[in-house]
Amino acid sequence: MHLNSKVPEGSLEKKWQNYQLKSQLINPANKKKLSVIVVGSGLSGAGAAATLAELGYDIKCFCYQDSARRAHSVAAQGGINAAKNYQHDGDSVYRMFYDTLKGGDFRSREANTYRLAELSAPLIDHFVQQGVPFAREYGGTLVNRSFGGVQVQRTFYARGQTGQQLLLASYSQLYKMIHAKKVQMFPRSEMIDLVVINGKAKGIIVRNLVTGKLERYAADAVVLATGGYSRVFRLSTLAIGCNGSALWKAHKKGAFFAAPSFTQIHPTALPQSSDAQSKLTLMSESLRNDGRIWVPKQKEDSRKPKDIPEEERDYYLERRYPSFGNLAPRDIASRAAKERIDAGFGVGRLKNAVYLDFKHAIEKFGLETIKDRYGNLFNMYKKITGIDAYTTPMLISPAAHFSMGGLWVDYELMTTIPGLYAVGECNFSDHGANRLGANSLLQASVDGYFILPNTINNYLADEIKADSPTTDHPEFNKAEKEAQTHIDKILSINGTKTVDHFHRELGKIMWQECAMSRTKEGLEKAIEQIKTLKDDFWNDVKVTGNQNEMNTELEKAYRLADFIELGILMCTDALQRDESCGAHFREEFQTDEGEALRVDETYSYVSAWEYNKGEFNLHKEHLEFEFVKPTVRSYK
Amino acid sequence: MKVTFKIWRQENPNAKGDFKSYEVDGLTEDMSFLEALDQLNEELVLKDEKVIAYEYDCREGICGQCGVFIDGRAHGPHANITTCQLHMRSFEDGQTITVEPWRAKAFPIIKDLVVDRSAFDRIIESGAYISSKTGTAPEANSIPIPKEIADKAMDAAACIGCGACVASCKNSSAMLFTSAKINHLNSLPQGKAESSNRLNQMTYQMDLEGFGNCTNTGACEIECPEGISIKNIAEMNAAWMKQKLFG
Repeated sequence: MHLNSKVPEGSLEKKWQNYQLKSQLINPANKKKLSVIVVGSGLSGAGAAATLAELGYDIKCFCYQDSARRAHSVAAQGGINAAKNYQHDGDSVYRMFYDTLKGGDFRSREANTYRLAELSAPLIDHFVQQGVPFAREYGGTLVNRSFGGVQVQRTFYARGQTGQQLLLASYSQLYKMIHAKKVQMFPRSEMIDLVVINGKAKGIIVRNLVTGKLERYAADAVVLATGGYSRVFRLSTLAIGCNGSALWKAHKKGAFFAAPSFTQIHPTALPQSSDAQSKLTLMSESLRNDGRIWVPKQKEDSRKPKDIPEEERDYYLERRYPSFGNLAPRDIASRAAKERIDAGFGVGRLKNAVYLDFKHAIEKFGLETIKDRYGNLFNMYKKITGIDAYTTPMLISPAAHFSMGGLWVDYELMTTIPGLYAVGECNFSDHGANRLGANSLLQASVDGYFILPNTINNYLADEIKADSPTTDHPEFNKAEKEAQTHIDKILSINGTKTVDHFHRELGKIMWQECAMSRTKEGLEKAIEQIKTLKDDFWNDVKVTGNQNEMNTELEKAYRLADFIELGILMCTDALQRDESCGAHFREEFQTDEGEALRVDETYSYVSAWEYNKGEFNLHKEHLEFEFVKPTVRSYK
Repeated sequence: MKVTFKIWRQENPNAKGDFKSYEVDGLTEDMSFLEALDQLNEELVLKDEKVIAYEYDCREGICGQCGVFIDGRAHGPHANITTCQLHMRSFEDGQTITVEPWRAKAFPIIKDLVVDRSAFDRIIESGAYISSKTGTAPEANSIPIPKEIADKAMDAAACIGCGACVASCKNSSAMLFTSAKINHLNSLPQGKAESSNRLNQMTYQMDLEGFGNCTNTGACEIECPEGISIKNIAEMNAAWMKQKLFG
């Protein structure tokens, strides 16, 4: 199958405009007759649902949480990027586009990445108008700060709670449209399967998480906005409920999965302290604006950090990457931390961490300034660890974070199933092999608010004449029956091991072989191990309770069943890419200095996997760099 | 360490609930309170019993989905944190810990420790927004907002919607929640146009949902994970009075 990215004609600056000029429009009276299902209500889902409803479409929005306000966009701390050039420091749309493309190690689509930068400035206008209390100067204008991988200040923020403030603005806009009866909201509802009729996405099967019953919903198009899948590692910075099931079901129904192995490991999370741990809390990358990362120069140094003199500290990021220093991009900062920890320089009780130190910043700017900038992050650190980071350095460690991979989408954000769209983190589009900090909130918002509402019409215009789908179609019967069989099977195993047991095992395999550093041998071994784990799960898992009630154990079980299969695909994807790029670091492919070695001649493509009865067929979208020549990515 | 959890179990909204005790051993001080409950649930599965239903999602204190009453206090023994941020080092070895759901008429119990907080969503949808459609915004720096005002709006906007304020109030009042949202939007220039309508609609909905009124005990601001001040309530009441007196 030829993957048509549908990138429009023209220069980079004109592409989005040209697309909109040629796209089909729908008159307001007809929009009312068209219905859209949005699965997920985070920044991209809520933004899409609210905006599509404002345009006049009939919207149904689903989320597994008790309210749209819980979606994990809420947890993004540091900020959102926009090419406003308010700081007069040489920023522009083009520079932001280039930083993002380079940050992604030239493995994303030029046109999409440019559009992301192009739409960033109006997005800030939008959020300010929605009442987001961004940080301000005394004179009343907006403040910016820096983030990793760039040398300008283009990040807007609301203390360390930027994601929360953007999400709450979107949530408010969504509930405004619910109040206006333009959106029907279904909280505590989880998509269990996708319904495809005559090759087009026409509905979903949902499990009501309170009654446990399966329900059917039909629409003229389906939008997935279900976020990332890094909980495949079990320990991650994600919310416990985040899962990959909606993506996986869509994948099994024909949506290609792009670059599944491109997973970002965030350099500044709190280290793991025990096996029982359920979550790795993130400390915002913005801390690297003022905090300095170091380890002792001496191995197994057991002195307290304050007792280690300056000359015996190794500020390894500043040493290895003098021009970007502590603001090196995430993949590079994470790998550098792993390198030091593996070499025996790790600190903390389990020797699995590095220091993030604010001593110099406090001396330079004063305690009050640092409190003003990061107060809530320091408070959070204290609540979790019991340690005061104003007086002793933070202990930080890399943790699984963002999924650059996701469902393959074209320029219109449509997957390979007509009528099925993917927005926000759950698609693969703009970040390539590594995402820059503060581009995640941006992409989720831009997809939901600005792009999808201007592309979905191009598909729906042709659906006006078609009969609206109804839930008594045989495909709905079939999908519901399959979902029921799947759940029955899980409940009938009655084995001897808990769901969490299997999740811990999966997480260990994935973290060991498919995280910061990968090898051919390790990945081949991991695939076999996960296959064995899958057999064991389906023979020996134990889930108590019934289907027709609130049953959190059953929810965990069917999500994990999908994670196990996704884990196999992630390893398969990492195995086929005989190069290192961005977050994908294959030990066999590195420079003499230990940096990633890209192989553009062979691997300048997006891998897009087709599901084929338990096997995966590889398709390639070749990346054509029409405007930018890929270079060796250097932050030295 | 070893503790005994005395936990409220209730099959469904209509069933009669009761406390049940569970002994859990092998815990460590570094474990979070919810991780201790996770361990208990794993043990229950292996004993062929139904797991305890309790809520959580982000486990980093920001989503607001977790929240239970622990030994008579919302989110446990410390002020200004969420349940997911509570760690076992805050308890003694051998301690009995009583765990209950939020108790408020407007938050009916769904199962065990899970309550229905959709009343909060309905207060939000009655007016906690600025009516500007996507695509209609002016340039962001065209309306300067002095730092003090932006900071004050942010203080109020930090609410995570967990419901601890309602649960710890003897009147089950939602006035901290409602006033914080009103003040966040009404203090910003963008929110001014709809300020009086917002005040009326949101307080009307708050009463309709069956929440009580504030009698200034201050329990809410102590338990609020974001430490939102009850000054917000005073400000909301003042705005309301002003409107009644002067229109």
